[in-house]
Amino acid sequence: MTAGMPFYVSPEQLMKDRADFARKGIARGRSVVVLAFDNGIAFVAENPSRALHKVSEIYDRIAFAAVGKYNEFENLRVAGVRYADLRGYSYDRSDVTARGLANAYAQTLGAVFTQESKPYEVEIVVAEVGSTPESDQVYRLTYDGSVADEHGFVAMGGGAEQIENGLKEQWREGMNLSEALVLAVGLLGTDPAGGPARQLTPTQLEVAVLDRNRPRRTFRRITGQLLERLLSTDDPTRDAPPADDGLDEHSTRDATTNPQTQRPTAQDGPPE
Amino acid sequence: MTPGADNGRLPAAYLVPGSSSFAEFLSAQAPAMLPSGRTLPPGAAIDAPHGTTIVTLTYAGGVVMSGDRRATMGNLIANRDMEKVFATDEFSLVGIAGTAGLAIELVRLFQVELEHYEKIEGTLMSLEGKANRLASMIRGNLGMAMQGLSVVPLFAGFDAGTGIGRIFSYDVTGGCYEEHDHHSVGSGSLFARGSLKKLYRRAGTLDDAVRTAVEALYDAADDDSATGGPDVGRRIWPTIGIVDHDGARFVPDDEIAPVVDAIIAARVDNPGGAR
Repeated sequence: MTAGMPFYVSPEQLMKDRADFARKGIARGRSVVVLAFDNGIAFVAENPSRALHKVSEIYDRIAFAAVGKYNEFENLRVAGVRYADLRGYSYDRSDVTARGLANAYAQTLGAVFTQESKPYEVEIVVAEVGSTPESDQVYRLTYDGSVADEHGFVAMGGGAEQIENGLKEQWREGMNLSEALVLAVGLLGTDPAGGPARQLTPTQLEVAVLDRNRPRRTFRRITGQLLERLLSTDDPTRDAPPADDGLDEHSTRDATTNPQTQRPTAQDGPPE
Repeated sequence: MTPGADNGRLPAAYLVPGSSSFAEFLSAQAPAMLPSGRTLPPGAAIDAPHGTTIVTLTYAGGVVMSGDRRATMGNLIANRDMEKVFATDEFSLVGIAGTAGLAIELVRLFQVELEHYEKIEGTLMSLEGKANRLASMIRGNLGMAMQGLSVVPLFAGFDAGTGIGRIFSYDVTGGCYEEHDHHSVGSGSLFARGSLKKLYRRAGTLDDAVRTAVEALYDAADDDSATGGPDVGRRIWPTIGIVDHDGARFVPDDEIAPVVDAIIAARVDNPGGAR
């Protein structure tokens, strides 16, 4: 590594320098909050861009959120989609897990941290929604490849520490989607330097959920009027309605893609 | 094999930006998993199950695709309740005729291809784009087709830009042709096409299109032994897929049964269905 370096640098110092470098890069970006609600897992980011996402779908029940350098986490996201689709294609859709993907990411980030000329300046969350809140999985991965198995909520990015403190105080199990989003958006608007809080509007936000009640692809972006209604305390909307995105209940988005088990009636089978 | 394993680290190729095609990624990473990635011993001819007849026709605002349920192996019926019409994404359907095993694998790859593109690009592929991706997959299968294991799909989708259903047919070399009004592939397709010509009404209703599709399959089964007619004893009906602006969906069996019963009743003492 770094052959030809003229003088000795202790491994401790080298790692510390790299970690400081990565932390500085990450702290420059705006934050992302991932938090559980009664029907799934919500992802809330301050992100005025409609095209450059910080939150994305990986697979049926798995999503990805990241902060830091866009080109670096975008590469990791694409790698995750490739990993998941290849695994699902060679085995079965149910064999793609957040744990497996988090492991692959951890190995990758760890190897880059120690072997490459500079570490990735990213922090990511890989989350998988289960059939019950107890079976939800949220993994947080940092620039050096360490993994933490989180429960309930995670905040990453610039003001992460302060937001996590806020979440520790105010997040509780069984919040509905509207309550969870209001909490996350309020905390994202607080100023880490102690200045006056900003009120973030829906156009400044990127919001998505893994909705445990959707049959197959559970990832869904929440935008526009639905987001406005969920964030408004006057409006009675407390959860994302199942057919709100223009798909009826029989949408193929929800159907299995194993060709021979695609239609629900095929499983019941004809009477012998 | 363990895809994605490189001492636990994601292989470098996974992290390379660029292609949003899953098939291209697969051909670089695990070529043996592609349907076209295998070579057959020269001169070998094997008897594998064949899927038979698919019909498709447009109606006002969408397109209907229907397939019989029979797979044959030589003179035997290999499967009597096989599905041959699949939803490949929210706005498209594929029906398959030819070697069943290869065709189903191809459909599976095509489904992942479309979803993969949607996830990586953050947007749905255009209808022509989907039709062309399917063409390149069929082209990859040419070697197998020359040894008798051909796959001939029929592709139908809803074009959100123009608000109409469109139909694309293929030949074994991967040629992709847009069809107008209606089309049919498979062993019974000659008879089904004749039937469609006489029964098709342009910009008709969905109910009429469903009935026409079932009747065309009935006519195909009447003259082609490899096409399965409605199995009244076992209550096995044709698969009927629809795609319109609400997306792709299948007609449930309890809605198909009355259509089939009406056609069977109308054919009593009128076996050719003369009007």
